[in-house]
Order: sequence, then C-alpha cells, then structure tokens
Amino acid sequence: MLRALVFLGLLLALAAPVSAQDFAGLGPEIPKATGDPHPEGNRVMRRRHMEMMRHDRDMTMHDGEREIDASISECFECHSVKDEAGGYVTYESEKHFCRACHDFVAVKVDCFMCHRSTPEGFEEPALHAMGSSAEQDIDLARTYLEGLAGEHTESGRPE
Amino acid sequence: MKIPSLKPATTRVDAGRRDFLKSGASAVTLTIASGVTLMAFGGSEAEGAADAGKRWGLLIDVNKCAQDCTACVSACQHENGWKGRGTPETDAQWIRKVTLKNHATGHETSMPVMCQHCEKPPCVNVCPTGASFKRKDGIVLVDKHICIGCRYCMMACPFKARSFVHEPTNNQSVNAPRGQGTVESCTLCVHRVDKGEIPACVEACDATGNGAMIFGDLKDPESEISKRLAEYPSVALRPDLDLNPGVRYAKL
Ligand code: SF4
Ligand code: SF4
Repeated sequence: MLRALVFLGLLLALAAPVSAQDFAGLGPEIPKATGDPHPEGNRVMRRRHMEMMRHDRDMTMHDGEREIDASISECFECHSVKDEAGGYVTYESEKHFCRACHDFVAVKVDCFMCHRSTPEGFEEPALHAMGSSAEQDIDLARTYLEGLAGEHTESGRPE
Repeated sequence: MKIPSLKPATTRVDAGRRDFLKSGASAVTLTIASGVTLMAFGGSEAEGAADAGKRWGLLIDVNKCAQDCTACVSACQHENGWKGRGTPETDAQWIRKVTLKNHATGHETSMPVMCQHCEKPPCVNVCPTGASFKRKDGIVLVDKHICIGCRYCMMACPFKARSFVHEPTNNQSVNAPRGQGTVESCTLCVHRVDKGEIPACVEACDATGNGAMIFGDLKDPESEISKRLAEYPSVALRPDLDLNPGVRYAKL
C-alpha cells in the first residue's frame, strides 16, 4: 500500500510541470464567442445544451412559448464564425461553431436540416450540393447503376 | 391556479438549469402537472401563448379578392421563406390563388386557399408519429422534429394544403424552419399570432387596399370576424366533409 502511494506521489510529481499548453491540439479548437458568458457556466452548457434546447423546442412548438431561454437562433448571436469575406460560415463549413466539437466527437447534428445555421438576416450562400443540375444527378445515378450491374456480372451470376 | 406540490426541477424542466438553480438562491421551479412547469425567477413565469380559450380563424371575402393580385402569396413566401425553385411539380406551396369559373355564366372567382385549420383535421388523424397536430387554439401544425416524411397527411388533406420538401434547404427564415424530408403547410403565422400580431397574408392584403381577409378569434363573440360571420352568410370549403375549418369564405 505504502509503496503504491509513493509511486502515485512520484507520478503526480512528474506530471505536475505539464501545463495546459501541452494539451493544445488534443481537443477541439472552440471558436471564441462574443457577448456575456452563460450564467449557468460553460461546464453546464457543454454537458446539457442539447437537453435545454429539446425542452424549449417542445414548449415553443406546442405551447407557443416564445420567451424561452435556449433557442437555437439565439445561439448564433454569440456563437457565429466569420469567414474571410466577412460573412458567416454555415454548417457546411468545418469552421462552424457547432462542428468544432461535433466533428471531433463524430456526432452528426441534424438541427440544420431545418434550422438556419447563421444569424438571422444574413444571406446564406447556396448549398454546394444544390449546385448540381438535374442532368448531373441523373448521370450520377446512371453511373452508380452501371457500376452495380458491372459488379453482378463480375461476381459470376448467371446472366 | 392550484399548485399541488413544491418540488425541485426533475421533470421536463431541463436538467441544464439544475446546477444553476441550486446556486441561485431566489430561483424556484414548480412542477404543476406533468408537462406543465412554472419557472419562477423572482416571480416571472413561463407560459405559452397557445390558449385553449381561443380559436383562430380567417374570413376571406371572395368579392374583394382581385383576380390578378398575389400579394398574400408573396407575403407568405417572404415571411416563411418557401420560395419556389422553378420546379412547379415539387415546389412548396403554403398558399395559392385558385380561380373558379362558372361554366354556365362565365363568371370567374379568384381566392386564396391555404391550410383550412380544420377542427377535425384528417391530416392529424392519419399521422403515424404525432408530428401533425392541432394546437390548443386550433392552429394545425407539423412538428418537423417528429415528422418522418411519410406524406400520409398530404394524401388525407382534402385541400392539397400540404407540401413536401424535396431538396436540402438553407437560408431559412427564423420564423419557419423547414428541411428536406418533412411536410409543411400554412402555420397561420403562429410565430406572429403568439406575439399578438396578424398573419403576413392578411397584413399584405390590407396593404393593397383590397382588405379581403380578416383574422381573429372565432370563440370571441365580440371579435370582428365573429360578428361578420354571425351577420353575413359564409361557407366552409367542402362542407360535406364536416371538418369545421377555421378558414371561411364569404360571397362564394
Ligand atoms: S386543411 Fe388539410 S392540412 Fe390543414 S388542417 Fe385541414 S386536413 Fe390538415
Ligand atoms: S409526413 Fe410527417 S406530418 Fe405528415 S403524416 Fe407523415 S409523419 Fe405525420
């Protein structure tokens, strides 16, 4: 027991000089926010923001409660990231506030399938996926189907 | 209001505030009944604007609606961000101008048609997930957090009032989040109604000077809409279906 304690003490002594800087790059790089800090504290927000938003979304949707504390549009009043051109980055960009952590932990955020991902009033640029024309989509589908057909013949199925 | 018990936030109140509540000496949360909570921060309370004592409705005077006017449609598009992509087969349409022609006389009637906010909405009856729902105040909505995009409601609606979002969306209005794979329809501008304002289409119609639409509370006998309905004849679309819609038409 004593030996274990001494060993632990030694470990701690060795670990002590390690500063926060040594951990840089090991976690997500969280973009700086503007505005007042959350009264609940960052620890609570990091752990519980999804629960807060889920609770408040039901109140808004079903009961018409609009004076709520946690709304997704309000997040962007402080947590929006500017791009080089001076506009805001959308969820399509890796630099988006939500993606900084969610990409790191490989959790996909579905919110922005319906909600805008920039502050109200900003004109978001066209989605990249939407740049493709119907013809391009059909071409893509055809290539895919031809690929499938090719696989089947190669695997030696009876024609 | 009777408050049965006083206990700390444990139910739908987000646990996120729990730590905060513990440290904030003056903050108290009351759980009144399941799903109903009061958050008291020095007396202020959180309560929704949806009121079971009201039923919101529209009265559309077809005679006043100008045939070439689409102010209501444009206003809705702008307010709720559902502009078309040039693909009319699949583009969303929350409100449309419909022209009726009497073949015997040749007389044409033009009027806006949107979700009729039925009292007994078939779209709610058929929805397998509970996403299609009627608020306490009669407004019929789709909760897109729950909608699976099966489009059953679109088939059930006799008025073709609902649209399916086929493409990925961006640049949505904060008023009306909308996304691929979900169904949407007129919300009666619920975000405005909750603030005590009138729907964007009614406002736009008033601005043109036609004044063909009136919005108000059908349960309040003193409201303008109730008085007009009591005084003049009006019809529901497809009255044979007995849906008792909140949208009514006069001079049709
Ligand atoms: S008009 Fe259609 S979408 Fe609107 S409540 Fe009635 S059935 Fe539902
Ligand atoms: S499309 Fe959505 S709202 Fe309509 S019936 Fe299916 S789940 Fe319900």
